[in-house]
Amino acid sequence: MASFEPRARSRPRSGGASQMAAARSPKRVVPAGAAPPVIEFRGVSKRYPSGDQGLDQATFAVNRGEFVFLVGATGSGKSTVIRLLIKEIEPTEGTIRVAGHDLEEITRRRVPFYRRNIGVVFQDFKLLPGRTVYDNVAYALQVTGGTRKEIRAKVPDILRLTGLSTKLHNYPDQLSGGEQQRVSIARAFVNHPPLLLADEPTGNVDPETSIDIMRLLYRINRTGTTVLVATHDQTMVDKMRRRVVELSRGRIVRDEAAGLYTRDESTREFARRMRSPAVRPPGVIVDPLEEPVLEEEA
Amino acid sequence: MRLTFFLREAMRSMRRNAAPSFAALATVLVTMLVVGVFIPAVEVTNDAANTVRGRLIVDVYMKTTATAADEARVRQEIMRVPHVRSVQFESKQQAYAAQAKQDPAAYALLGTNPLPDTFHVVPDNASNILAIHAALTNGPGGAMIDPAVQNVSNKKDYTRKALELTSAVKWGGLAFAILLTIASMLLIANTIRLSLYARRREVEVMKLVGATDWFIRWPFVIEGVIVGAMGGLLAIVVLAVTKVALLDPLFSGWALVSQIRTISFPALIFILLAASAAVSALGSGLSLRRFLRV
Repeated sequence: MASFEPRARSRPRSGGASQMAAARSPKRVVPAGAAPPVIEFRGVSKRYPSGDQGLDQATFAVNRGEFVFLVGATGSGKSTVIRLLIKEIEPTEGTIRVAGHDLEEITRRRVPFYRRNIGVVFQDFKLLPGRTVYDNVAYALQVTGGTRKEIRAKVPDILRLTGLSTKLHNYPDQLSGGEQQRVSIARAFVNHPPLLLADEPTGNVDPETSIDIMRLLYRINRTGTTVLVATHDQTMVDKMRRRVVELSRGRIVRDEAAGLYTRDESTREFARRMRSPAVRPPGVIVDPLEEPVLEEEA
Repeated sequence: MRLTFFLREAMRSMRRNAAPSFAALATVLVTMLVVGVFIPAVEVTNDAANTVRGRLIVDVYMKTTATAADEARVRQEIMRVPHVRSVQFESKQQAYAAQAKQDPAAYALLGTNPLPDTFHVVPDNASNILAIHAALTNGPGGAMIDPAVQNVSNKKDYTRKALELTSAVKWGGLAFAILLTIASMLLIANTIRLSLYARRREVEVMKLVGATDWFIRWPFVIEGVIVGAMGGLLAIVVLAVTKVALLDPLFSGWALVSQIRTISFPALIFILLAASAAVSALGSGLSLRRFLRV
């Protein structure tokens, strides 16, 4: 987690590989007091200048390697959480810590360097329209001062992972919604950030493509990256059987780790299960700051 | 690596945003054409105004009975008046010769020389001429500065009008130049703002990916320099063609205006090029600030 140091100009190049190695060992419940949670919200409120309450005394924590869904109706505060995490907006009250660092202490000048440690995927993709798929992904590396050699090595790799090898030289407007979202995931993950945020990643794509997107996010999660997905796609959430934090009018109303949680499922098994009819798992309400009780499948 | 990257970025965005880039280039071109014509035009006008002002002098006419000693004394007295730059003496014989040349028949009829000895008093600055006139005629009861002085030329009205007119021309030119400069800067800034506005989402995305402000700004500034320099260069080409093809033959066959001194063409080129590149680079760099607050 040293790579989260916001003063670091760029992450160590070896970060991705070691994370992948770590992810292969079985996940265990981290005892309190060990590594700090990747995300920690303590009594965070956000009131917009318009008077809208974006977030109201939200307290929750996400540990390293977790896959967490942030659900709730439109306007419940999901996007506020994401925007707070990338320091696009400041909380009115409370503290947000990312990997142990208080976001309030990151100055405006350091914000770009902080953001390089977080991959973000948006509902509207936010791709650069004047650049090809390849250049869009390469931009995330150029920003961090990546050399041409490094870019040439990493970009095709990540595009193969996201299944875009044949679209390298297409422009975003020549791609389908699902493809564009995959490009934006590739861009978010090319730096191998320890944390990946996704704001309604399946909002603009059809159900079948949604499964592909989720599968991709799951795959990224399995490399050890903590993934936080804001969505209102209820069936997707039910099928994924991951921890769910539900927001309603800015308040956290539910925080539960789904049952039947199979940590070591392969992505193929995962996809098969995703395509099967939904099984509503029994939920377990947990204290927001406590590590959720994970019911491992026997 | 950095510089080449920024250069490539600038070229890419110019290619991808050909229409706004062209609009900015055209704006710079037109503005620089106007400025390029205006700088010499203002200079010519100023020059003309200065020529008129240079001709403003006070004439001091001696009595016909004045002796050489009187003249030496009067010269000293005139020189002591504040704001006098120089005094030229024109003897009655010189004046007669000059006038007789202009109108030989009339002076032949006269037979004798009615003209007095004259001092032409040149002021250090044309606007002080009325003060000099007052000083030369400040004796009691409107008396002259010296008993040997018959009269001091009284062209107060003409002088005042000439002064007013020339200063109006000068200040008008200056005001016009300032207005034109402001207008061209606003025009260029606005064109740049429009083309940036079309790309504000791009800037927002760059910021979200973790680009620093200057990482985003450099390509825009470089683009501004390139567009500005190209616009300025085109304007210079148009001006040069006009000068060589139109003005030079015109002036060479027209003695009256052949002597006007204007800014040298290389200096004009340098000013236009530097100004256009600097204004558009600054314009894009500054205009971007609004969009960088993400």
